[in-house]
Amino acid sequence: MTEISAADVAVPVVLRVNGDEYRITAQPRRTLADALRDDCGLTGTHLGCEHGVCGACTVLLDGEPVRSCLLFAVQSQGAEIRTVEGLAGDDGTLHPLQEAFWRHHGLQCGFCTPGFLMLSAGVLETRPDIGDDELREALSSNLCRCTGYQTIVEAVRSVRDAGEA
Amino acid sequence: MGEPDRPRGRSLIGESVLRLEDRPLLVGEGRFLGDVSFEDELHLRVVRSDVAHGVLRGVGLEDVLAAEGVVAAWGADEVAHLPAIEFRMTGFDELRPHCQRVLAGERVRYVGDPVAVVIAEDPYLAEDAAELAFVDVDPLEPVLEANSPEAVAPLTLEHEHGDVEAAFAGAHRIVELRATVGRHSGIPLETRGLLARPVDGDGPDGNRVELYGIAKVPHYNCVTIAAMLGLAPGQVVGREGHVGGGFGVRGELYPEDLLVTHAALKLGRPVKWVEDRREHLLAANHSRDQTYHVRAAVDADGIVQAIDADFFHDQGGYVRTHGATVPNLSVALLPGPYLVPSYRVRGHIRLTNKTPAGTYRAPGRFESTFVRERLMDAVAATYGLDPAEIRRRNLIPPESMPFDRGVNTLGTPVVYDSGDYARLLDRLLDHLGYESLREGLAARRGAGERVGLGIGMFVEKSGLGPFDDVRVRRLDGGGVEVVTGAASVGQGMETVIAQICAEVLDVDYVDVTVRHGQTDMIGRGLGAFASRVTVMTGVAVYLAATELAATGEVAEATFNTEHMTYPYGAHAAVVRVDEGTGGVTVERYVVAYDVGRAVNPMLVEGQIIGGVAQGIGGALLELFAYDSDGQPLATSFMDYLMPTVAEQPPVEVLLSEDAPSPLNPLGLKGAGEGGTTACGAAIAAAIDDAIGRPGAVTSLPATPELVRSLLRI
Repeated sequence: MTEISAADVAVPVVLRVNGDEYRITAQPRRTLADALRDDCGLTGTHLGCEHGVCGACTVLLDGEPVRSCLLFAVQSQGAEIRTVEGLAGDDGTLHPLQEAFWRHHGLQCGFCTPGFLMLSAGVLETRPDIGDDELREALSSNLCRCTGYQTIVEAVRSVRDAGEA
Repeated sequence: MGEPDRPRGRSLIGESVLRLEDRPLLVGEGRFLGDVSFEDELHLRVVRSDVAHGVLRGVGLEDVLAAEGVVAAWGADEVAHLPAIEFRMTGFDELRPHCQRVLAGERVRYVGDPVAVVIAEDPYLAEDAAELAFVDVDPLEPVLEANSPEAVAPLTLEHEHGDVEAAFAGAHRIVELRATVGRHSGIPLETRGLLARPVDGDGPDGNRVELYGIAKVPHYNCVTIAAMLGLAPGQVVGREGHVGGGFGVRGELYPEDLLVTHAALKLGRPVKWVEDRREHLLAANHSRDQTYHVRAAVDADGIVQAIDADFFHDQGGYVRTHGATVPNLSVALLPGPYLVPSYRVRGHIRLTNKTPAGTYRAPGRFESTFVRERLMDAVAATYGLDPAEIRRRNLIPPESMPFDRGVNTLGTPVVYDSGDYARLLDRLLDHLGYESLREGLAARRGAGERVGLGIGMFVEKSGLGPFDDVRVRRLDGGGVEVVTGAASVGQGMETVIAQICAEVLDVDYVDVTVRHGQTDMIGRGLGAFASRVTVMTGVAVYLAATELAATGEVAEATFNTEHMTYPYGAHAAVVRVDEGTGGVTVERYVVAYDVGRAVNPMLVEGQIIGGVAQGIGGALLELFAYDSDGQPLATSFMDYLMPTVAEQPPVEVLLSEDAPSPLNPLGLKGAGEGGTTACGAAIAAAIDDAIGRPGAVTSLPATPELVRSLLRI
């Protein structure tokens, strides 16, 4: 009944995530987000809308914040992917952004948090001196339904001001 | 930097300690429903009606069953033996014929109405196959307005006290208005979902089914699912994990919960369902959507002697678990903080062909506060008085506390337990620098800007009983375990409960572990709604910990109450209107809120600021619009607009503890909803002020289209 198309045939895919190599088999239509979550077991990346608006699935692809729900796993091969699981040190030491979100009460339910952390990390790593207005504009890429954003902005500013990211 | 600091040795109640919940959420180790999976799990996809109203001739599933990976597909026949989903709250016999069945059988009543399910080995394949279902519907004319004569009219809620007729007969002036609050909802960032896992058991209940993704009211849902499926209560076990936002919407018992559990039991394998965002916008409870006609009888001094209100509540296609909760709250809390000696109200519950409605943060209060505060502004304009002055004249004075409102809601009499409303208003005005702020805005208007100030006041409710149980136990190694039947929806309840427990036992709050939402750990529990957890569970843990301190290793306590507590607040908004586009920018927002006693001021402020964001969404942006065929027009985040940081103003919170509740030993009132309640009211008033037209904004959201139309008049 169902026609078989090229998109339905699973192919080998190699993803480099947080410095580790993951060899998986995935249909070409499989999103990067689903591959990270279900094939690599990295469930810290969340899916809030699956149409590229909410930003909960934000990861870094070669240092750039991207929506992993809008990318296919196959097209992410060869890139260095970073997810929330790679932020803290191997010894469990929190990244300054993680520390700042905690201190500033920048999360409530925590569902959007990994996306905001990766967005903020990508922004501060490329533009450590970003101005307040541009920072707000950058953070307006993602949705949070709990915090009203104020404490998220305060957290990211504090890391920027300390020059820690 | 090391671990965040944690204060020791000081009083913990009132301390803004950092949250216990945060570390796993920060490092990607959260366990939300989508993060839970089992080796042999199946995936369920719901087939939904894409017609708003029609006769369902049948659902053709032949092609679905032949598709790759499909294990089963069912229409309504499979679950025809299951009853409709009952009310959890505020049930009325008149509403019962309109409860939703698990799958629609003969009629479809909204776009999104579940008509069949597909269960497959893989979520992609389940979705592919579901698209092959043939849903055969003969369309009928949809009803899209609650006040249309075609709308099914099961029930009108009525209440009257005082002498309304005499007040109107003797009124110095009668002030009247019509107002509408649009349809919007909670929209948590995590969509709904459920994973049901059959487990072989050797206990007294035998085989069981565990439910992951359960939220808000785990005990109620497990017991109800068990009863509906013919199981013993203990055979359905709630396994609450992390919950990605609640807001009233998530965790109510929905048809999907029954479909998933039934499928798991029938197929003998774990079955997982995670809805997509479009489904959430079509199928999870909508809210608000009330249209009012109100009149006030006002005496010569500007005192409102009576309010006569009539409103329509658009319930959508079915009545769900909340029964008449939302209109019931509108009825009871419309008079708000004002004396209003005489009051008459009729709330007409009407069925339409839209998504069924339920509660959303400040249910019935966001709507009725908008209407009442618009009315007070209209009275002020009629009498040529300042909006703050007209409110001050009408406020219930502190010496009248406790104040019996003369009306019941949620099965309890509305008796405001404590409050000094005028003092809170003064605090807000002082903070604003009210007079100079008004002069400054007038000067800006004189220079051509469209800027204005609006205020709104309200009484909230919190701490709904009637009971909460807590068990406290000392652990080996110095820790303490608290077990509660309450639930977490991300609000920080573990931290707050640990603070209260640690304060009593003089231990570090980080050594207190709070276990919640696990239905096999405690016999009963009411969950997390109606801003109840800090009050009800907080006092229960206070009682249990006090007993433990006296007696030893384990203690249990129950906190019973027949009354809610009533926090109260005042909002102020400063807005700027763009004359060209009609766009409204909120420049500044202030919330003064009295919660009796704040266990953790940082978390209370977080609740308020987050609540303001949702209130601004409802005031300016969020709307479930429908076309004339009943097709929903907001089915993605491209069309359903929620505030981003760009729309959110700086929010100043004036947290007040003037009026501890006399109804519990800690003086607690709940803090979850007051950030949202008066946003519509304050922002509408500010827009009026900005455009120099008192009473202009009578419907929400005040979209650019609406505001621009007001500017053109």
